[in-house]
Amino acid sequence: MADIFPGPDIFPAGMLPSLVEMMAKIIFIFTMNMGVFAPLLGWVERKQSALMQDRIGANRADILGFTVFGLLHTLTDAIKLLTKEDFIPEGADRPLHYLAPFIAVVPALIAFAVIPFGGQYDLWGHKTNLVIADLDVGVLFVFAVASISTYGSVIAGWASNNNWSLLGGVRVAAQMLSYEVAMGLALVGIFMVYGTLRLTDIGVAQENFLHWGIFLQPLGFILFITCALAENKRTPFDIPEAESELIAGYFTEYSGLKFAMFWMAEFLEMVTISGVLVALFFGGWQIPFVSGAALARLFGFLGPNLAQVAVMLVHVAVFWAKILLWIFILMLIRWTLPRFRYDQVMKLGWKIILPLSLINILVTGLVMLLVK
Amino acid sequence: MSELRMDLHTEPMILSMGPSHPATHGTVRFLLKLDGEKILNCDTEIGYLHRAFEKHCENGTWTQAFPYTDRLNYNSAVQNNVAYALAAEELLGVAGKMPERAVYVRTIMCELARLADHYTNLGAATLELGALTAFLYFVEARELVWDLIESVCGARLTSNYVRIGGLASDLPEGFADHVKRVFATNREHWRQFDKLLTKNRIFMDRMRDTGAISAEDAIALGFTGPCLRAAGVEYDVRKANPYLVYDRVDFDVPVGTTGDNFDKYLVRMEEINQSLRIVEQLLGKLPKGPININDASVRNPAKEDVKNQIQSMIHHFKNTIEGITVPAGEVYVPTEGSNGEVGFYLVSVGGGKPWKCRVRPPSFALTQGVGEMVKGAFLADIIPTFDMINLIGGECDR
Repeated sequence: MADIFPGPDIFPAGMLPSLVEMMAKIIFIFTMNMGVFAPLLGWVERKQSALMQDRIGANRADILGFTVFGLLHTLTDAIKLLTKEDFIPEGADRPLHYLAPFIAVVPALIAFAVIPFGGQYDLWGHKTNLVIADLDVGVLFVFAVASISTYGSVIAGWASNNNWSLLGGVRVAAQMLSYEVAMGLALVGIFMVYGTLRLTDIGVAQENFLHWGIFLQPLGFILFITCALAENKRTPFDIPEAESELIAGYFTEYSGLKFAMFWMAEFLEMVTISGVLVALFFGGWQIPFVSGAALARLFGFLGPNLAQVAVMLVHVAVFWAKILLWIFILMLIRWTLPRFRYDQVMKLGWKIILPLSLINILVTGLVMLLVK
Repeated sequence: MSELRMDLHTEPMILSMGPSHPATHGTVRFLLKLDGEKILNCDTEIGYLHRAFEKHCENGTWTQAFPYTDRLNYNSAVQNNVAYALAAEELLGVAGKMPERAVYVRTIMCELARLADHYTNLGAATLELGALTAFLYFVEARELVWDLIESVCGARLTSNYVRIGGLASDLPEGFADHVKRVFATNREHWRQFDKLLTKNRIFMDRMRDTGAISAEDAIALGFTGPCLRAAGVEYDVRKANPYLVYDRVDFDVPVGTTGDNFDKYLVRMEEINQSLRIVEQLLGKLPKGPININDASVRNPAKEDVKNQIQSMIHHFKNTIEGITVPAGEVYVPTEGSNGEVGFYLVSVGGGKPWKCRVRPPSFALTQGVGEMVKGAFLADIIPTFDMINLIGGECDR
């Protein structure tokens, strides 16, 4: 009875729960990004801009008279984009034209793998760490993957056989390159302060409200959010797709679902950026002045395991709430400011943000030395 | 090392911006020669909206031209109505005999139209620079002004309000109170807009030192209006050659120094305030009385008279079928439109139709300066420069 299946144990002790855990986390993040945020942000953007501009916003699409606050527009958008003609211009590089939107959208999804959306919990004896890949190079992975998505935009601009797209592609290349350098350096201060690149460790280090990144690295925070906006290619940094200059920049010649993929990539990047912002500067999943242990005591009446589950759920909810808040702020900026000119963006990146981030590193180092 | 110095063969990119391009509204085409993003040459091509406005006018009676004039600069339709009426009245020799109230009301409507025009222009300019919310602040302000215009003549955009020798209708009851309410909110919108943009670093960077033109060049190209005044030339038809009752109101003419887009923006912003001032002053001293000239051969008699008196009915019939008879002669009357000098050159050989109708549109002269103003600048500079020109296709192409 014991040895019906001889040979090596295909499930070493503890592997099955780990596998289940991993699948659950991947499915959760994928659903949150592709299922909730990508379609929903279009609605959020419409409604938020309407709020800012004293309008009503999307409210027409209905099913049997129920408009659900205009949420059904998301559905109609999806149907419209799915049924549109998938147009490839004459003279376009067809394989590259086809490939570009995928290169743009996939990295935005992958980057989220290293962002912890909760802490570590002991559930029924199984240690659960709420991050898909707890890499020790954490943030560097985000940068590496995010720069791949640049290729998507550049290739789209090149492959479309359209001068406007080409100009947009050139602008993307220049802007992304400039701001990746500055963005990386803007975060060096954070790594120095927390002494790690691992995002989960940085999250744990921010349990104390006053140790949040924004308090320890205020300048780094401002520099990072500026660079992040530029990486996201939204106003005031939307010069690669500036609709009044380049029509739609690198995705002028895209339609239907491939257009939607660029659109989704933009929203997903916004979620990822907010995720990095929250993880590095805004305490990750932590609640100000309420530690995980205190929260567990609060839920103590549920028994140790269920209390941990409750704490985990609260932390995850807090994390996503913070992301939503940041998305709201990013959109606020997008709907308020006019856009830069190409050369002004370059000047800002190389002549202002880069030196400032170097100064930030120097000052952080000096302060750390003095505190020691 | 030698490879680094190797000369890569490059050639300028030829790019056709427009006529179907988000920035070339009003339908115009820029044929650009680009070195990277730098503009080596910019040829402006107009005429996509030509609809033979002048010929149309010559084929109808003198009165029938009014709806066509609405469609010149549709942002400030009343000003075109007024410009045409002033020229026709000059030819008729009744210019000095207009009832006071009609002249006052015309001035008020002209200034309301200027407000609507400037709101549209500045709002649209910020929209194209990416500031979408500021745009809607001024669109709301414009809506309120259009409410005012609608309450007077029933139409928001194409007013068709002025007649030769008078007006289509008098101001409605409670107009002054309505104006007061609208202007209070308009001032609030102005403050919000100003706060969002005037000291906004990005906006300044985009507008400052772009699309600049010297006073001499501006005059040589035939610039008028805010674009000329931004270059430092204090020329405003309302002051230089007062028409209507502009000599009886107190207002300032804002003048810029550099002629760049930011100065054009500031001049327009200040002109909004001055227009508000003018309307408020005029409403204070608005005289009572008739709004139409008491001369049945120029302005149709009142509707009741037409229906009850044979003489009036004959006048009405003759005016409608044959058109009012304008003595032979030619005339040019300049007025200050929102974008510059709007003038009608009319020639009559007697009879009920204009023999020649020619309009001097400000946009036409301004548009020929675009190529000059953006040469050597970046592709993105076309946007604010072209916006501040405020090309209205209907007016430029006629």
